[in-house]
Amino acid sequence: MKERTFRQDHLLGIEQLSVGDIETILETAEAFIEVSSREVKKVPALKGKTVVNLFFENSTRTRSSFEIAAKRLSADLINFNSSISSLKKGETLKDTVLTLEAMNPHIIVIRHSASGSPHYLTTFARSSIVNAGDGFHEHPTQALLDALTIQQRLKTLRGLKIAIVGDILHSRVARSNILLHHKLGNEIALIGPPSLVPLEFEKMGARVHYDIRRGVKDADVVMMLRVQEERGAKNYFPSIREYRNRFAINREIFALAKKSAILMHPGPINRDVEIETSMADGEHSVILQQVTNGIAVRMAVLYLLKGEIHEALN
Amino acid sequence: MDEKIKAKIMDDKKMKRTFQRLAMEILEQNREAENLVLIGIQTRGVHVARRIQQLVKELENIEIPLGILDITMFRDDLHKHEQQPAVKKTQIDFSIEDRDIILIDDVVFTGRTIRAAMDSIFELGRPASVQLAVFIDRGHREMPISPDFKGKYLPTSRRERVKVMLQEIDGKDQVLIMEPKGF
Repeated sequence: MKERTFRQDHLLGIEQLSVGDIETILETAEAFIEVSSREVKKVPALKGKTVVNLFFENSTRTRSSFEIAAKRLSADLINFNSSISSLKKGETLKDTVLTLEAMNPHIIVIRHSASGSPHYLTTFARSSIVNAGDGFHEHPTQALLDALTIQQRLKTLRGLKIAIVGDILHSRVARSNILLHHKLGNEIALIGPPSLVPLEFEKMGARVHYDIRRGVKDADVVMMLRVQEERGAKNYFPSIREYRNRFAINREIFALAKKSAILMHPGPINRDVEIETSMADGEHSVILQQVTNGIAVRMAVLYLLKGEIHEALN
Repeated sequence: MDEKIKAKIMDDKKMKRTFQRLAMEILEQNREAENLVLIGIQTRGVHVARRIQQLVKELENIEIPLGILDITMFRDDLHKHEQQPAVKKTQIDFSIEDRDIILIDDVVFTGRTIRAAMDSIFELGRPASVQLAVFIDRGHREMPISPDFKGKYLPTSRRERVKVMLQEIDGKDQVLIMEPKGF
């Protein structure tokens, strides 16, 4: 059996990964699924390593998913909450990270509203940096857990048509998924109002549709995105009602996809806005499986990144 | 590392007899075969375990449950590698509580893999007993571990490698001693 190679120091985005890297992460994640089915859900692989969760944006699911992943691998985990931290007292991001690094963590998981902030950290940090979402840019672990879910359900990651519906413009989830499926050679259809799905995206190897029926037709995967009201999404279309009428997924539209198609959503879902309740809970929905797979994928990422890129201080 | 064949130790006929003896010894030492479970260590230990399972079935018409164990996460050298070793699947679809476990690997060398395997097993439950069966014991133990069943004791030097080749993975059954090129 050939040993896989994974030589990344950080996980900044799907952009930096090769197809081989993606496959290694998914294979490793599959092996880690078993750990979560045990009575004692813990293995000693990362004993003695420290993981810092550095979240500058609200997040419950991603933060707790990384937390559970780290703990199941026996790493020590510190949650650094920006709202009660020194950042409120005027400390810069760099000083915050340098202070944390003086405590010698191995891996820093960062979420920040500014695109590129994880990349910026790699210019001076000694730890492995994991991007848990940066602005409108990337959210690589989400795309990887989506890929694992697709692979489990459809038994393949090749030759698929992936339809992504909603606010593509502001979605780091969409961007990471587009990059990933483009690398794997899958067909990508992006669907939404022109204000939220600029034609520019065709340069990323996707096709843009303004009619959901056309976009979803014969798809293997239909991925719904949340209408991000907190990011002012409502300014991009006339009303929620009109958006729902044109771009929400319901039984009738989903029936245009392939018979084996699955329905995904990165959560949190807005029931009866982008997704009809009966669809969210229906037999095609894999939304909860995505959450479960999130833990295995994050375990794989934490395991594969060694941390300690440079010599520790003293 | 480039290596070359130093010696061929066993061919398929010899290996077949050895497998049969191993299966018989395991049955002989374990009167309650119904309480036995086999756990093969990834990757070659799994195939060795499957052979033994099959032979036991032929001999006594009992199907002993077989589990697959990957010990990567329990290794004692994870912090030493340039790059993390690949994690493979663990799949044990039965309870090991109060069972008699036969832990199986192709080769026992330093004993560190077996140490990791036992740590891993005890995370899964409390078996009644654990016995170790290996196809080749090549010496150089660094742990107080000794196989209960062994196909062959093969004295080797540390720089050599014992290669147990199996039809299922390698296309043929044979045991080789390999040594680095240039020696």
